Amino acid sequence: MLSVALQHAFPGGFALDLAFEAPSEGVTVLFGPSGCGKSTVLAAVAGLLRPDHGRVALDGAVLLDTAARIALPPEARRCATVFQDARLFPHMSVDSNLRYGLRRAPRGAAGPAFEEVVALLGIGHLLGRRPAGLSGGERQRVALGRALLARPRLLLMDEPLAALDSGRRAEVLPFLARLRDAARLPILYVTHALDEVDALADHLVLLREGRILAHGRPEDLTARTDLPLAARRDAGVLLPVCVLGHDPHGGITRLGFPGGELVTSLRPEAPGSVMRLRLRARDVAVATEEPRNISTRNILPVRLVAIAPAAEAREVFLHLAIGPTIILARVTQDSVERLGLAPGRDLWALIKAVTFDHAGLPEPRR
Amino acid sequence: MDFLSPEEWQAVRLSLIVALRSVAVSLVPAIAIAWVLVRGRFPGRMLLDALVHLPLVVPPVVVGWGLLMLFGVRGPIGAPLQHWFGIRLVFSTDGAALATAVMSFPLIVRAVRLGLEHADLGLEQAARTLGAGRWDVFLTVTLPLMTPGILAGAVTAFAAGLGEFGAVITFASNIPGETQTLPLAIYAATQSPGGEGTAARLALVSFILAITGLLAAELIARRMNRLLGRG
Repeated sequence: MLSVALQHAFPGGFALDLAFEAPSEGVTVLFGPSGCGKSTVLAAVAGLLRPDHGRVALDGAVLLDTAARIALPPEARRCATVFQDARLFPHMSVDSNLRYGLRRAPRGAAGPAFEEVVALLGIGHLLGRRPAGLSGGERQRVALGRALLARPRLLLMDEPLAALDSGRRAEVLPFLARLRDAARLPILYVTHALDEVDALADHLVLLREGRILAHGRPEDLTARTDLPLAARRDAGVLLPVCVLGHDPHGGITRLGFPGGELVTSLRPEAPGSVMRLRLRARDVAVATEEPRNISTRNILPVRLVAIAPAAEAREVFLHLAIGPTIILARVTQDSVERLGLAPGRDLWALIKAVTFDHAGLPEPRR
Repeated sequence: MDFLSPEEWQAVRLSLIVALRSVAVSLVPAIAIAWVLVRGRFPGRMLLDALVHLPLVVPPVVVGWGLLMLFGVRGPIGAPLQHWFGIRLVFSTDGAALATAVMSFPLIVRAVRLGLEHADLGLEQAARTLGAGRWDVFLTVTLPLMTPGILAGAVTAFAAGLGEFGAVITFASNIPGETQTLPLAIYAATQSPGGEGTAARLALVSFILAITGLLAAELIARRMNRLLGRG
């Protein structure tokens, strides 16, 4: 368990005041717009910034406690950090970069072996090269490996994909997911990109102006319409699904989730694979009677549980229950009045599209 | 080599020795001062900065006079050195090296400082989070990244040190074989009848040495920067 409580006032008037806890395994994503203080949190955890007041503890080991005048230096915290700009040492080969932290790791610190990490990140062919000769994506992969090989207790990632173009992002994201699964240690991940949340987050902390708006499972937070997440164009619930089976002849894959099933165009994942998809609210429509003679494949019986205002005045979010699962639909106020929608009503949800952030998901294990 | 007489050779050799010693003496303090000037945040930083650069603007003779006051046999530093350690700096080769070191000190500090400003603080932070302590980071990250600046500063200071005149002649005097470096020998030759040939030959030698030094500094800087991937 990582517990963080920080208070810090910057000369410009910006103040950070927050506290949260993160589980000992998996990825905790700090999500928020730029300038919300999320990178400051990482710097304070890493020991690169001394907050006015605060306490940081990891599995019982106190890294910082201003009240008790404890502030371990960064090198004693073992919180290896991956920065936006890879920060590889330009005067060393890739091999020496990777071994920099490994040489300084305490004896007996457990973690994946050098060859294992190199294979995991696909950087074996780069070992003899200098950082200056690498592409942005390659640099970031080496930076990931270097951090992991330092055998840290906690991995910190400060927008590791933000400096890359979309092509390079798609190249690095799967490696991040693989690293997450191989590392078996807590990862604190800062980003303002929602697709990274979808692909990586096990736990989500929403920040705004130095404070925490909400934290919890991404599946739960994305179903809430009172958070800034709902104001985004791509707002919608994250849904964990399991591949039930394929129909190669019809070109479809059946996906199961608690309370129902979806079909999608044929997926490469093996039956039994678990993944996560995003059901965007604007891709969900509702009908009061079961639609017939319509091309939409995914038509699910749902119960309307709540109607919540959306960012635009003339639109609302419908909270729709399918068994234990809640999905969101975004419709106009006009539709609500025309159809006479009210909580408690049974409806049919028409799901026009599902979005997979497949790029970020680990390859199925063989 | 018949181009130079034994006496002239002596002046050239002495110049090289004095310049080399001056660089050897000032390199480590210059790195420390440059680091403090770039990274330090303390009152009096600007004063220290000005003090270091003083030899660039004060007449060299004044620097020599200042050294004479401090390190002379009755000076506050010179007297104890003589008494306790038997070290006499005035009118000695070591004294010439000291005077040269003081004069070229700002040149090294400036070059090292430029090199240090190239050494990214972000890289040091990354190294710290990977488990390296302050000194470890300095030796394995900061210092290597400063190397182009250090080498460029050392070579420039060496080349400039070959030609230091005012401070050397004031503090160490003009003793052939002891403190008579190239420029002092040239000066002595111009003062004596029939010394025109000696003056011309030595002037040519100092010119060649200076140009070689500057070219070497430039080449080293380029090569190092390429190694560090700075284009």
